[in-house]
Amino acid sequence: MTPETEDALAQMVVAATGPLRIVGGGTRPVGRSTGAALSLAGMTGITLYEPGALTLVARAGTPLAEIEAALAAENQRLAFEPMDHRVLLGTTGAPTIGGMVAANVSGPRRIAVGACRDFMLGVRFVDGAGQIIKNGGRVMKNVTGYDLVKLMTGSYGTLGVLTEVSLKVMPNVETQVTLVLQGLDDARAVAAMAAAMSSPFEVTGAAHDPAAGRTMLRLEGFAASVDYRAKALAGVLAPFGAVAIEDDATIWAAIRDVAAFADKPGDVWRLSVKPSDAPALVAKAGARGVIYDWAGGLVWLLCDGDLRARLGDFAGHATLVRGTADVPVFQPEPAPIAALAAGLRAKFDPRGIFNPGMMG
Amino acid sequence: MQMPLPNAQVLSRKDQIVTRLADVLPADALMSDVAETRAYECDALTAYRCPPLAVVLPSTTAQVAAVLKICHDMGVPVVPRGAGTSLAGGALPTADCVILGVARMTDVIETNYGDRYIRVQTGRTNLSVTGAVEADGFFYAPDPSSQLACAIAGNIAMNSGGAHCLKYGVTTNNLLGVTIVTMDGTVMEIGGAHLDAGNLDLLGLICGSEGQLGVVTEATLRILPKPEGARPVLMGYDSSEVAGQVVTDIIKAGILPVAIEFMDRPCIEATEAFAKAGYPICEALLIVEVEGSPAEIDAQLALIMDIARRHNPVELREAKDADEAGRIWLGRKSAFGAMGQINDYMCLDGTIPVSALPFVLRRIGEMSKEYGLDVGNVFHAGDGNMHPLILFDANKPGDLELCEAFGADILKLCVEVGGCLTGEHGVGIEKRDLMHVQFAAADLEAQMAVKDVFDPLWLLNAAKVFPLDSSAPRRAA
Repeated sequence: MTPETEDALAQMVVAATGPLRIVGGGTRPVGRSTGAALSLAGMTGITLYEPGALTLVARAGTPLAEIEAALAAENQRLAFEPMDHRVLLGTTGAPTIGGMVAANVSGPRRIAVGACRDFMLGVRFVDGAGQIIKNGGRVMKNVTGYDLVKLMTGSYGTLGVLTEVSLKVMPNVETQVTLVLQGLDDARAVAAMAAAMSSPFEVTGAAHDPAAGRTMLRLEGFAASVDYRAKALAGVLAPFGAVAIEDDATIWAAIRDVAAFADKPGDVWRLSVKPSDAPALVAKAGARGVIYDWAGGLVWLLCDGDLRARLGDFAGHATLVRGTADVPVFQPEPAPIAALAAGLRAKFDPRGIFNPGMMG
Repeated sequence: MQMPLPNAQVLSRKDQIVTRLADVLPADALMSDVAETRAYECDALTAYRCPPLAVVLPSTTAQVAAVLKICHDMGVPVVPRGAGTSLAGGALPTADCVILGVARMTDVIETNYGDRYIRVQTGRTNLSVTGAVEADGFFYAPDPSSQLACAIAGNIAMNSGGAHCLKYGVTTNNLLGVTIVTMDGTVMEIGGAHLDAGNLDLLGLICGSEGQLGVVTEATLRILPKPEGARPVLMGYDSSEVAGQVVTDIIKAGILPVAIEFMDRPCIEATEAFAKAGYPICEALLIVEVEGSPAEIDAQLALIMDIARRHNPVELREAKDADEAGRIWLGRKSAFGAMGQINDYMCLDGTIPVSALPFVLRRIGEMSKEYGLDVGNVFHAGDGNMHPLILFDANKPGDLELCEAFGADILKLCVEVGGCLTGEHGVGIEKRDLMHVQFAAADLEAQMAVKDVFDPLWLLNAAKVFPLDSSAPRRAA
């Protein structure tokens, strides 16, 4: 099924007699879903873009590449730096804006500016009864009614089919550099990243690659400002060793896309924790590969079996992004919270037809 | 403003209810005498008042849970209250309700600079969160203008903003986790010191739900390192169109100021008469502030001044030092007080797309003549959040109603041009009955379905947010 209008999509949902598997570009098959494919490929196009107001509205099936090109033409960007899952998952096709929102996809800059969900201004979606619902809007400050925009973002299509999204976009930057420390152990690297993030120098990326022995900190902005801050930040980092300054922007695309694990077989987990908890958890993980992003708050782990069993009770969440381990893909939640989530799903999708079983 | 009739059965059982509450609270945390509860009869929307059945001031999450469980079991409505600074009537009681105030829950539970968060009880005021960390070079970014008095609990309930959210976002962008107690007394931890949700983003749903989904007793908040410095520039223009174009050009140049404030002529005149800040008397005044090191500030302000000059300002003034910066901000910060000197006023907070500013200001001017009520406009121009201040005389019969009708027309206009009813104050009772203007029945139904899940009996702050006719079947159930 490939509807071309919101109304046609709503009618298909009403007529559905079994589960629907909602598909954007098909590049992020995280989680298990079954059912007849319902593709958003027919609902494309930017419906509004006001560079001076930093706002963009697009139909859910719009390829992300089209959006990024339109933004680049005005020297703007999606500041949360969405990951391209094709690298890690070996998928093909074109990522869509709707898929990105449904999975709340962000990248290294999330630590500084927020996640996809923080840039979401509005949604339109079709619920399980085939009703067209809107929430939020196109303006940056809006507290009118409940924030279903946040609820829909990252709900992996289990509450409704997104048809249109509006986002806050940001100015592009003139230049960027990366400060690199060498040879730090994990705990020391997390401490160095914490020191950088606690400085006033507006670090927009903080990652650590233990295999390469590199701890990386990104600065962005106007050239003179970046020069000034690079010197100042190097001073902050001096206690952690010699600081090299690199200007290769592909460093951050590789971290964003977890390129280090792309050609390595095995399951890949995404762990979100308090940064200072990360090294001790990694020590328990038994992983063959580790990448720290978000100053240590996001850890990518290449490891097989039940990671959660090895970690024990921990504060945060682990998602099985790639692999076939016989464990829940999304972090199981305490009973009262799981009951709220189940209650919401029952309200928004009473027949349980949207990506059933996807998130539990 | 219509409120639902109090539940007579609840009123008749007042003594029983108070007795049950006394079992779980210290004596000084429970008030049921009208002389004591009168202090809680309204919030900052003082035109509407109603003494509650009782007031409880718990100091722990366990006490909050015990109170809610009793009220749930006895079918008693509960209205949560932070510091009572809501301009939208978010904490207005009903006669049959228990006011649950968190004002005694002010502890800092944990401060962690390495991971950059603070965990507090939610009765703590916004400014004292920053106060707890500023000696160590950190701050909490959301800065509603009531920040000296308003509580984090209310900030979370209303998803409060402030003047600096163009750069730092609003409450929801700076909230990492909460302890929430649902109406049946269940205590839950949602989020924490880590980022983003592992499943549905319930934290994002709770923030801004106006105390209708649960009572938030503790919060983990993002703290940020203080910038090295900040400095404003002031510019005056002879039309709001031109001022709007200046804002657009600054943003398109890739500069992200921390604040862009706009004032129109009536507001400038009132402010000058009151605070004598030395503002130019013109159609539109902008204050643009940037942050960074002294050299970075110089560089950004140079770009901004260039853009400003291209549009022929009637005045252009760059702060050279803290003293001049203070004088530039003086008028803006006194604007509400200045308007209050002239008369009573009602402050609206609809948001519009920035491009619609000239049209909206012109229409507000026309409506001002039609209604015969003066209005001044203060505006967070970077994010489109307007603050029209309508002047009226509370002692003149019919003036409040006239002012409310004018306000409703302005908010309808905000929605018509692609904006919304409220950018940071919340719906409360004030904009409740205008929700139909912005939302279709199905949109409201989807929101009310969320409340069905968290509070199936609709006991928590139930007469707010949704038009009474929309929520009536649920509240009666």
